[in-house]
Amino acid sequence: MSARTTAEASGTSGGEGLARAFYRFRQNPLSLVGLVLVALLLFLAIFGPLVAPYPEHLAGEVSVLDRFKPPSAAFWFGTNEVGQDILSMVVAGAQVSLLSAMGVIVIATLIGTLIGLAAGYFGTWIDEVLMRFTDLILTLPALILAMAIAAGLGPSIVNMVIALALAWWPGFARLVRGEVIGLKEEQFVVAARAQGAGAGRIIFRHILPNVTSPIIVKMSLDVGFAILAVASLGFIGIGVRPPTPEWGVMLSVSRSNLPHFWWTAIFPGMAIFVAVLAFNLFGEGLRQALDPRARR
Amino acid sequence: MSILVVEDLVKHYTVRRGWFGGAAETVRAVDGVSFVIDSGECLGIVGESGSGKTTLTRAILGLERPTAGRIVFEGEDIHALSPKALRAQRARIQMVFQDPHASLNPRMSVRDIVAEPMEVHRDVLGLSGRQMTDRVAELLELVRMERGHLTRYPHEFSGGQRQRIGIARALACNPRLVVLDEPTSALDVSVQAQVLALLIGLQDQLGLTFLFISHDLAVVRYICHRAALIYRGKLVEDGPVDQIFDAPRTDYAKTLLAAMPDPDPGKSPFWGPAAQGKIQPDSEKGAP
Repeated sequence: MSARTTAEASGTSGGEGLARAFYRFRQNPLSLVGLVLVALLLFLAIFGPLVAPYPEHLAGEVSVLDRFKPPSAAFWFGTNEVGQDILSMVVAGAQVSLLSAMGVIVIATLIGTLIGLAAGYFGTWIDEVLMRFTDLILTLPALILAMAIAAGLGPSIVNMVIALALAWWPGFARLVRGEVIGLKEEQFVVAARAQGAGAGRIIFRHILPNVTSPIIVKMSLDVGFAILAVASLGFIGIGVRPPTPEWGVMLSVSRSNLPHFWWTAIFPGMAIFVAVLAFNLFGEGLRQALDPRARR
Repeated sequence: MSILVVEDLVKHYTVRRGWFGGAAETVRAVDGVSFVIDSGECLGIVGESGSGKTTLTRAILGLERPTAGRIVFEGEDIHALSPKALRAQRARIQMVFQDPHASLNPRMSVRDIVAEPMEVHRDVLGLSGRQMTDRVAELLELVRMERGHLTRYPHEFSGGQRQRIGIARALACNPRLVVLDEPTSALDVSVQAQVLALLIGLQDQLGLTFLFISHDLAVVRYICHRAALIYRGKLVEDGPVDQIFDAPRTDYAKTLLAAMPDPDPGKSPFWGPAAQGKIQPDSEKGAP
């Protein structure tokens, strides 16, 4: 792999390389669908309350007469048991879901990358200790571990994000460690060592910049799964609590309305599905664009 | 005056066999090699793959601790130095690598690549960022490249140009000794000649000392003053290039020379009368 992939990977450095990567990204229509959906979700996360048709419903100003209205021209997604417009709540829910999922992934990436860099670069007993610990966390189902941590910390959005991040970093640690072990034998790393560069300089100037592509790809793929995890915790009542509009919470509440008032469950469920799919398509597109080995 | 003295250098690797580290096997990568390089000369180290050339260079660069023996550079045993002193020492021994595609970080600009040794030894050199950029531009001109290349990235250059960038990097800290590890073997033949001519010019101009690792005898004869042949971790023969090529003393040297295609077809062992009947016709592919 060494020489050839390095030479090809170099296609993603510099402005011209970015243009080429975007060209490769556009080659796959599914990646574009992912990009559009991710952009839409980000737009809703930022401007959600502004574009929601009934922003006052989010604050609880509702009419009892509007309870359980089926989807119609006035309420596209129908209304729930207290008369809130479900479309407005789904739109507002994008903010909570996306922000907390991104928070989880950013924290997990920081922890995992540092541990992976240290384990991969220093090797020997440092690698052994760090990776056995990583494996230990990995053997525990992430959601169960997050539930335990969140239960211990008490229910709040911040605690849920911390809990999920603490369960999420091992994947990043293993990814980064593997890349570092390959990279540290590269000649440009040996060259830096021969010049007398210290460990910090080699790790952050030579190795880390060459691991960013796989890290970014995994981050974008994992945001989708983190959205699902956030919704799951909301569903079982450990993460986000009602009345905060969140897709998992909405699903959870809707259980008692089924099967008659199906729209109270279908639309938040669709939102979760679309969000996870969007980040998966987007992440897969990024992988094809940035990783020369994945190209056909 | 000698600049580098290698005394009885030994490097053994232990290879574990079996699952429980039971039987261990020792690989004698370098097995008692001694030689001296004088200031201003170019010494060629010649050997086939696996002969210990790479281990030898790694030990001289201080990347690998020898099992036994000493490497004395400008009067100091480099493996007896403190880590800090060793780091400072490294400014004075620099290396040009074999593969110009792999030895330059694809994510760094030419300016940052060539300036890196100066950044690393900033505490000694005390150069500002601006001064480094000027020095990099100077170095690029020295290796016949342009100031405009400063902001470009390695993938924008040909193999020969990248190797020039590698040479500029090696010269950044005004080293006394430059270790050249097969610097031309990854290049096209026409480019090889240009790079070799550049190296000879730089040696004259800057008074550099070269340790030139190669398996290409023609290249060694062209650029080196003296050569040392190593085989299976042992130094087999050394002496002035002309003596080794014209009057080899050992059997290994004779065998190695016999395997070398002569640029003059009349003298080539593949073409000359001596080869008649000994070598099958398909070995003609090996001749130029």
